[in-house]
Amino acid sequence: MSVLVVLEQTGGKWNRMSWETFVAGQQLSAEMGVDLHVAVPGSGIGVLAAEAATKKCAKVYAVEHELLKDYTADAYTAAVEGLIRATNPALVLFPHTYQVRDFAPKLATRFSQVLISDVIAVRMEAGSPVFVRLLFQGKLNGDVRVSGGGPYFASLQAGAFRVDALEVGSAVVETFTPALDASAIRQKAEAPFRESARAVDLTAAEIIVSVGRGIKEKENIPVVEELAKALGAEMAASRPICDAGWMPMERQVGSSGQTVSPKVYMAIGISGAIQHLVGMKGAKTIVAINKDANAPIFEVADYGIVGDLFEVIPALVEEVKKAKG
Amino acid sequence: MKIIVAIKQVPVRDSQLRVEGAWIQESDLSFEINEPDAYALEEALQLKEKHGGEVIALCAGPARATQTIREALAKGADRAIHVETSEENLSTLDTLGVARLLADSVKAENPDLILTGLQSDDLGYGQTGVVLAELLGIASSTIIMQVEVKDGAIRVKREMEDGWFQHITMPMPAVLTIQSGINKLRYATLMGIKKAKSKEIRLVKPAELGAATAKIEKIYVPQKNKQTQIFEGDAKQAAAKLVEKLKFEVRVI
Repeated sequence: MSVLVVLEQTGGKWNRMSWETFVAGQQLSAEMGVDLHVAVPGSGIGVLAAEAATKKCAKVYAVEHELLKDYTADAYTAAVEGLIRATNPALVLFPHTYQVRDFAPKLATRFSQVLISDVIAVRMEAGSPVFVRLLFQGKLNGDVRVSGGGPYFASLQAGAFRVDALEVGSAVVETFTPALDASAIRQKAEAPFRESARAVDLTAAEIIVSVGRGIKEKENIPVVEELAKALGAEMAASRPICDAGWMPMERQVGSSGQTVSPKVYMAIGISGAIQHLVGMKGAKTIVAINKDANAPIFEVADYGIVGDLFEVIPALVEEVKKAKG
Repeated sequence: MKIIVAIKQVPVRDSQLRVEGAWIQESDLSFEINEPDAYALEEALQLKEKHGGEVIALCAGPARATQTIREALAKGADRAIHVETSEENLSTLDTLGVARLLADSVKAENPDLILTGLQSDDLGYGQTGVVLAELLGIASSTIIMQVEVKDGAIRVKREMEDGWFQHITMPMPAVLTIQSGINKLRYATLMGIKKAKSKEIRLVKPAELGAATAKIEKIYVPQKNKQTQIFEGDAKQAAAKLVEKLKFEVRVI
């Protein structure tokens, strides 16, 4: 019996959420009284596997194959499936990344299991894990229990476990060569690219005024722009606003946009879906203005005003101007 | 090209949710199409306009889902398959259970492409499409921002983190999960709404539902870990208090 943590790397570079998942593996394997195994899938990943082995775990598997060089759903599913069948873990943990969302559900299906995705906490009850996950865009939490023969699969949201709790150790590295068949890999991947050089670098901004669905119409954006101007702040937006073309994509904050940590982040009419929160919760001070007192954005806000933004923002502009003299 | 679009009906976005048992109280809620699924439907309609063929809306849900299915037909889907579950089923079934229902109901259709939203706004597991592909034994790709059909294959633009993208080519049939914002949504026309009334909705009643392996035991409002200072009063008063904080404590004004 073991807990297996599957770390993520791309082109020899770690996805930093991997380490948080490592911590989860250390804590849960200790509570379950089983070994922790860690897998690093890829090609030419010896150095990374050796680095993983400096953290506390029983064994690191370098899941090494040239067909794992570029990520594809089919190759990664087959490779990790092979390792699971060979090592028979009780619980398999992943970071909740875009890549994991692409292949881990497929993998779980091969074991007639469901990937418990987007998990924010795990607790042990009577020897079996209870997963806490977000529901309804973060408005509610749900406790999920898994049954059946296992193994159980879960992907952990960023911030669910603290990376500074990672314990060091010295583990053995074992190379696992999965049986992969090039003709069974249906996806042909091209090199990743960015749309254009980023014209707007929000990461340097001291104050960010960010707008969400609460703005209702494109024509209303200037209401918030007034505030940004008064504060000397950069404008940003949540994904739906950029999707609708009301603000340029390059001003998007969140998992698919920029990650920012300004001195002040003002979230205006933003409900606070997790995809947005991961992009801004590192801000020093968070201000939320929203008409819904139950909006998840208030979970992370230091200061809040519950009210109609079309009344609050003009009042705020006036007060800021007054304060600046 | 035969395209199936799997859509889900979810509570409208700004609903006030009340917990009831291990689910929410649904009786006083309104429902609408899951937003990413609306983009998947639009993408299917645009692919049909470009390449010809047929768009079939597929929806698992209780009787109330008929309204969402009709709206998909009004926007231009040619026909629909409604896997009718009881009210309780969809909150107790796990994704594997739902995907099995969907897989059973589309097998005989032999579609070239199955599109669905990348995740649902209610449960948010974000995997029904991928599981469906695995059950059908076909390829999949997720979080898609562009779809091109070329010589019996498809080339898609997959979104990655931090503004990165990647093109992936794969053979058809395939399942794609569509990201919000991939296209511009259309409205149903009056003519469309009229036509929808005579379009076929094939009703499938699942014989037996297997037990879920993943069960929601309890749902609840998240406990707040952070102390948020809420400024009360009318807009002017609240604004004044906030500016005072920003000036004298946060010191950014």
